[in-house]
Amino acid sequence: MTGTTAPLSAPGAGVGRSGRVALWLRSVRTGFLPILTVIAGLILIWYFACIPMNAQQSVLLAERAGQTVTPETAADRRGMSGAAIALRNPAAAMASAFVQDRPRLPAPHQVAAELWGSTVGLAVTSKRSLVYHAWVTLSATLLGFAFGTALGILLAIGIVHSRVMDMSVMPWAIVSQTVPIIAIAPMIIVVLYSIGLQGIVPKAIISTYLSFFPVVVGMVKGLRSPDAMQLDLLRTYGSNQNQTFWKLRLPASLPYLFASLKIGICASLIGAIVGELPTGAVAGLGARLLAGSYYGQTVQIWSALFAAAILAAVLVGLIGAIEKVLLRRMGLNA
Amino acid sequence: MILVLFALTLWAAAFALNIRLAAGPHTRAVHLAVPLIFGLTILAMWELIVRGLDVPMVILPAPSLIAGAFTDNLPVLWADLNQTFVKGALTGYAIGATAAFAVALLADRYTFLKRGLLPVGNFMAALPIVGTAPILVMWFGFDWQSKAAVVVVMVFFPILVNTVAGLTDTQAMQRDLMRTYGASYGQTLLKLRLPAAMPFIFNGLKISTTLALIGAIVAEFFGSPTLGMGFRISTSVGQLALDMVWAEIVVAALAGSAFYGIVAFIEKRVTFWHPSHRG
Repeated sequence: MTGTTAPLSAPGAGVGRSGRVALWLRSVRTGFLPILTVIAGLILIWYFACIPMNAQQSVLLAERAGQTVTPETAADRRGMSGAAIALRNPAAAMASAFVQDRPRLPAPHQVAAELWGSTVGLAVTSKRSLVYHAWVTLSATLLGFAFGTALGILLAIGIVHSRVMDMSVMPWAIVSQTVPIIAIAPMIIVVLYSIGLQGIVPKAIISTYLSFFPVVVGMVKGLRSPDAMQLDLLRTYGSNQNQTFWKLRLPASLPYLFASLKIGICASLIGAIVGELPTGAVAGLGARLLAGSYYGQTVQIWSALFAAAILAAVLVGLIGAIEKVLLRRMGLNA
Repeated sequence: MILVLFALTLWAAAFALNIRLAAGPHTRAVHLAVPLIFGLTILAMWELIVRGLDVPMVILPAPSLIAGAFTDNLPVLWADLNQTFVKGALTGYAIGATAAFAVALLADRYTFLKRGLLPVGNFMAALPIVGTAPILVMWFGFDWQSKAAVVVVMVFFPILVNTVAGLTDTQAMQRDLMRTYGASYGQTLLKLRLPAAMPFIFNGLKISTTLALIGAIVAEFFGSPTLGMGFRISTSVGQLALDMVWAEIVVAALAGSAFYGIVAFIEKRVTFWHPSHRG
């Protein structure tokens, strides 16, 4: 914390530099450098882990190529841990740890290559294109998110304005979240299918369920955030409940709303992905995960996973950007 | 049709009762009664409407049928609960929480690590980590070990982020006081910063209770032995035995609520000094 609170004019802080450059340098030192170091460390660990994780297969390949390995038969190696095999055959384990077709743990560059190949390298309409699958998941996510947000805001307005709603609905909204809804996603899909609903709607319903709760909790907190003084002021203006809502409660709740929206969109993405699992792997990122796990295509699983991660990051970033613009225009510098 | 009408009148009556209760004095009993009446009314309406409209069991079984399936299959449900919750979720939760706590202490010791780890951890906590389930099932096999591994990954980041945030939640004045006492790093940690971090740590632990159960159940969709809650749900859906699915959901809800309740209870005992628990 000391880095950000020290004055810019501290001795030696800005010698020969404008304040702007000093600020930028500070953000590099306190912002990016540690993050980049941690990420680089993680990638290094990942590469290193590939060697023992893939050792079984690497040594088998070396044996087939006619090299001598210890222990000599695959049956003897079966019970051994990857690390032990890698230690006994360092050369063979290193040789093919990062280039296998179906490794237990694909190396980062393999995942990156697959990710690049299946997004940029293929036509968007192709069934193997990750852009196509990501769009299938994204459309369900957004639909569910829109429903969930609307439902959450309506419930929150009800809870704030009606004591009965507050006392009777709120405890059950909390209990509803201890039900692992994701686990019953297959049932929701099958039941809706039996009454003729299929495709995007069942997935969107799961997303709705997952995203409404954070919005309710955040909005209730936000709508109640104006303090007694502010409410009193509006009362002295003679404003009715409606006006108080539009002019005070709603604007005051926006920072809380955006914080919950960020949680909500992640939850709805998870809902959409899990919702795709029981449909028999047709389309979507979840389907790619399932198909990959059926056929042992580990690189495909990892690239679908990273596609989901990138999608989540983009969605959260988008909401953050909207929040920034909107709050700045309202004069709330967040 | 009569049953449906009856359901609607019941709804109106219960709602009127709740309005009267909520308008009256707020005793402890009222605070318990209002949500209870609301819940019971929903259950009763569900039963009446399902019977009144003859909703097929494939779509929505009546609560009485679910209760029947629940009592008939107690041994099966217990075995599933043991496999998924006790072996998978609880083991993973314990390992994940311990690991997160250890890493948080490390990150707290080295500021550089904290600056890098916190944004990355925050980012990871928002990701669809459930997606790692197929990979972990491939690595650790079909039994409970792979479920525990999924749970470890799922609960790790929320607890890490909350613990790190909690450990910084002391005032300069308090830390200065410890310094004037000549307290070492360990003493400051044990007597000041860990107790101050407890509300945050328990927040992470509470969030993770539901994540643990979700992780264990979803991981079973990618392969499991022939028991477990996720296995039972997916096979029962295949057989259209929806009463069994719902019975399993009831078990999951009970286990999830009990788990959350226990952690919340411990929190109350540990952080009795916190404003939100006083009075």
